[in-house]
Amino acid sequence: MQFLVDHFFELTITGLALGSVYALVALGYTMVYGVLQLINFAHSEVFMYGTFAVAWTFTLFGATASTSTAGIIGLLIVALFAAMATSAGVALLVERTAYRPLLSRGAPKLVALISAIGASFALSEAMGLRDRITGFVGLDGPLRDYVSGARDNQSLPVSLDPAPVVTIGDYTVTTIDTLVIVSALLMMIGLDQFVRRSRMGRGMRAVAQDPESAALMGVDSQRVVRVTFLLGGLMAGAAATLYMIRIGTTRFDAGFILGVKAFTAAVLGGIGNLRGALLGGLVLGVAENWGSAIVGTQWKDVVAFTLLVVILLFRPTGLLGESLGKARA
Amino acid sequence: MSVMLEVEGLSVNYGPIEALRDVSFAVEEGHICTLIGANGAGKSTTLKTISGLRKVREGKIVFEGKDITGSTPVDRVLMGISQSPEGRGIFPGMTVRENLDMGAYTRKDTKTPAYQQDLDRVLALFPRLEERIDQFAGTMSGGEQQMLAIGRALMARPRLVLLDEPSMGLAPKLIQQIFSIIREINEQGTTVLLVEQNANQALKAAQQAYCLTTGEITAAGTGAELAADPAIRDAYLGGGL
Repeated sequence: MQFLVDHFFELTITGLALGSVYALVALGYTMVYGVLQLINFAHSEVFMYGTFAVAWTFTLFGATASTSTAGIIGLLIVALFAAMATSAGVALLVERTAYRPLLSRGAPKLVALISAIGASFALSEAMGLRDRITGFVGLDGPLRDYVSGARDNQSLPVSLDPAPVVTIGDYTVTTIDTLVIVSALLMMIGLDQFVRRSRMGRGMRAVAQDPESAALMGVDSQRVVRVTFLLGGLMAGAAATLYMIRIGTTRFDAGFILGVKAFTAAVLGGIGNLRGALLGGLVLGVAENWGSAIVGTQWKDVVAFTLLVVILLFRPTGLLGESLGKARA
Repeated sequence: MSVMLEVEGLSVNYGPIEALRDVSFAVEEGHICTLIGANGAGKSTTLKTISGLRKVREGKIVFEGKDITGSTPVDRVLMGISQSPEGRGIFPGMTVRENLDMGAYTRKDTKTPAYQQDLDRVLALFPRLEERIDQFAGTMSGGEQQMLAIGRALMARPRLVLLDEPSMGLAPKLIQQIFSIIREINEQGTTVLLVEQNANQALKAAQQAYCLTTGEITAAGTGAELAADPAIRDAYLGGGL
């Protein structure tokens, strides 16, 4: 308890940074749920592929521990675009292979849920077996830097040193935490405005609120679904970049626990609600940090899920309810 | 007077259940045409099929000379068919203005005076909507939601508007008002296909009328002819009292 009091400010800031990553991933879950009333279980892998895109960008450009700060910043920008493109690509692939063939034939939603779980395993194992897969076509040699040790941790070849930006008393806010929180907020404001103001965004909300009426208005629901997956993928790619900046390491199964946390954040905030995902992510990140400070880091996940259970007991639709969907009937 | 919409031998299934069987009828341009019938007779299915929401098993739908049986719902809106669905189907989490904008979703001219004119026309037909323009649609009364659903359908600038049970669940005074607005819409040049359980009012307003019984057309004529038909009077107009 004393630790929490002593480090309250620091723990809150790092919690917000962690929560920002949860929130960005949570947006993908919440948007797909809003439009299709389905949980996209493969979304964790969409995120994981983004983290590898970041790591491989650094490998591709031959970054080393002696790369200059300006070089690293440039690389991070390239990595951000690479990760967003990769995650968006994987998200669209999931939609094309695991969802559309089933939904267009009128399959029950439960079936699509199972196929999404299947897609999740397939994507994760494809990454974990990338050395063997490339070996089949004889590319494991040339691509050694990217595919060797497929089941091990993959780290950035450079370490990003956080520098203090603001110092309050004994506590400092680092460049990295600031970067993570600010860029996550900017992404989310952009998305929120897109959904609120653009024509496509209005189409998305219409499909979420009443798919049949939306079709009568001339909304192409297949296109809306594709754009939803695309946007979720872009956000997951951004999250992957921020995650790599803070954590620096990924693995073929890194999506799982983060995906579960992000899904928890989405439910906590009220699934189907964009602002809820943001709030849920931040609350979860901060609660995890405070909780770990009180009862010990090894209890972090227990704290997260206890919080979820307690909040759902009192607010079954989450903190902000389901405003994208059918809250007002 | 030319035929605007022609439905020929239409059969539609819900899974194994036959919802429509060999239904044929035509809507003349400029008319109010009504489809009356009991609950479950297939009236809403007919409208949904015309809008492209239901798959046709047999038969065809021709709109202004073009076969649209296989067209997407989007294409049908672009051609000039729009619908105010059963149960209103408004977007509860959007404001009245956003709902009306959704009606014009396929239009590219939303920044032009023509669009503003159409909006003004709808708001003149339904002054209540203007008062509530920034209110969330889900918080409005049933009558107001019905006005919004009709207004939204008009925002697409349809040549043919399909109205599904516009009087459902409304107080008698409000029903009168809705029907006089339907006449006004028609006088402004929009052809109307009206589905109603409230046969009395619908037959008074319509130049053309069809009666649908368990998926089949069982009577056709002018509104006045059907209103005078003893069988129709017995079944739908309170037993001729």
